Amino acid sequence: MTQIATTRMDMAAHTDGGLRLHNVAKSYRGPEGPIRAVRGIDVSIAPGETVALLGPNGAGKSTTIDMLLGLSAPDTGTVSVFGRPPRESVDAGLVGAMLQTGGLIRDLSVRELVAMMASLYPDPMGVEEALEVTGLKAIAGQRTQKLSGGQTQRVRFALAIVCNPELLVLDEPTVALDVEGRREFWSIMREFAARGKTVLFATHYLEEADANADRAILMAHGRVVADGPTTEIKARVGRRTLRATLPDVDPSSLAGLPGVASAERHGDAVILSCTDSDQSIRALLEHHPTARDIEIAGGSLEEAFLELTGEPDVDDSAMGPR
Amino acid sequence: MNGIAYTRFELLRTFRNRRFLLFSLGFPLVFFWLIAAPQHDKIISGTGLTYATYYMVSLASFGTMMSMISTGARIAGERQAGWTRQLRISPLSVGAYFRAKVLTGYGMALSSLLVLYISGSLLGVSLPAGRWLAMTGLIMVGLLPFAALGVLVGHLVNTDSVGPLMGGLVSILAFLSGTWFAITSGFLHAFGQFLPSWWLVQARNVALDGHAWGVRGWVTVAAWTAILTAGAAWAYRRDTAKV
Repeated sequence: MTQIATTRMDMAAHTDGGLRLHNVAKSYRGPEGPIRAVRGIDVSIAPGETVALLGPNGAGKSTTIDMLLGLSAPDTGTVSVFGRPPRESVDAGLVGAMLQTGGLIRDLSVRELVAMMASLYPDPMGVEEALEVTGLKAIAGQRTQKLSGGQTQRVRFALAIVCNPELLVLDEPTVALDVEGRREFWSIMREFAARGKTVLFATHYLEEADANADRAILMAHGRVVADGPTTEIKARVGRRTLRATLPDVDPSSLAGLPGVASAERHGDAVILSCTDSDQSIRALLEHHPTARDIEIAGGSLEEAFLELTGEPDVDDSAMGPR
Repeated sequence: MNGIAYTRFELLRTFRNRRFLLFSLGFPLVFFWLIAAPQHDKIISGTGLTYATYYMVSLASFGTMMSMISTGARIAGERQAGWTRQLRISPLSVGAYFRAKVLTGYGMALSSLLVLYISGSLLGVSLPAGRWLAMTGLIMVGLLPFAALGVLVGHLVNTDSVGPLMGGLVSILAFLSGTWFAITSGFLHAFGQFLPSWWLVQARNVALDGHAWGVRGWVTVAAWTAILTAGAAWAYRRDTAKV
């Protein structure tokens, strides 16, 4: 206890080193042989960064997060959180996390549940402060079994930050939320990150990564396929498809329009792959006002990953478990 | 230190849970009054005890067994909800978690005991203070195997089957251990003595001469505690190995 307290007070040193995964691999036993969920990744995250871990289902995001939280150990390689093994950082109260699945236990009020969690930590933030930050003051007296989906998710967020962590890990936190719930959730998250915290969140929505992180790490098939500022990543994978009925126009001339990366013809329709679909549609209508039945669709991340990795799967084994 | 606040909230949750109030407190209480009240000062032949004393302890053993085993339902529910996983990324140690669970079980058991003691007293059960304490002490010790059983059940079964399993198990144990009627001879008498619940019910004999268990009772309870604790440790490891 005293040891932990001392470590906490040493504010300058305790976030030294940030997060490091060095040559980390992890496999699970699956029904048809081992599933190589993570296949050798190297990642460093500096203290204070907000990073999105981006990838489709089965990319290895949750497995990576489990290892960072000390819930599972890597088969090979090393994981450290603030210069020590993840478990030690968790015990010191430096890590707060919202796992992908998880309900609340019943028969307590929101305030009581948050206080219960706070009681486990050496140096928590005040319960009232945690309720305030997460906008739960108004429903603090309600029993946990009577909350809506969005409220439950906010309580889970409060449980993750009440220990006043230096690292906050969120595994697909908005999956169950509607648009309004998402907006609300992320604005709370950004406010917390602004206190100089290190935040790592997993998502398969490019827009979430773009709006809420400084940097995105893209994972596919257990590997890191791209890592950089979100704007850069967005340019690489954020393609949209513009489809229009436009007979009698040579697709190669369309490929030269601003924001268009490539164009092809399918019967009467042309399909443009756009890096900036806003520019493309303006240019298209300007040059070809007869274009009709126009549809713009976001390319799926899966497609984008295929493009980045160049092939459907790097080897023959199945994708990760989640 | 952190386990204490956690245990306090656990207790609070438990007493707000209607199902607990019904099965661990209400059910034994209703049966006690139904069976014992009409003939509370009559002696049950072969036991030397009045109806009130006999059924006070019998139903207390039922209620307290239920309290301890229902720890299993709570653990199973928390596993299923993902709460156990959430706790694994907190500094709460596994030991402190189980301590909180077992202490909560004992808290429930004590309250079940208390309402039956009060009811018994109202129906004329009168013992010296030392004997009340001795009886309570024996029941607390006799519940140790059931504390372990609760943890074992909690890691072995899911929330759908935990209710029927607990209800069935406690009913059978209560029947074989003489909760509902006195078993004083024959096969059931010989067999019952191998059960931990038998000795829980035998705590009633403290009311006779201050002694209840003898060597056989202590050995049986100790053996079951050891076996079920080993089982609980095995079930826990098996369960958490899967992540």
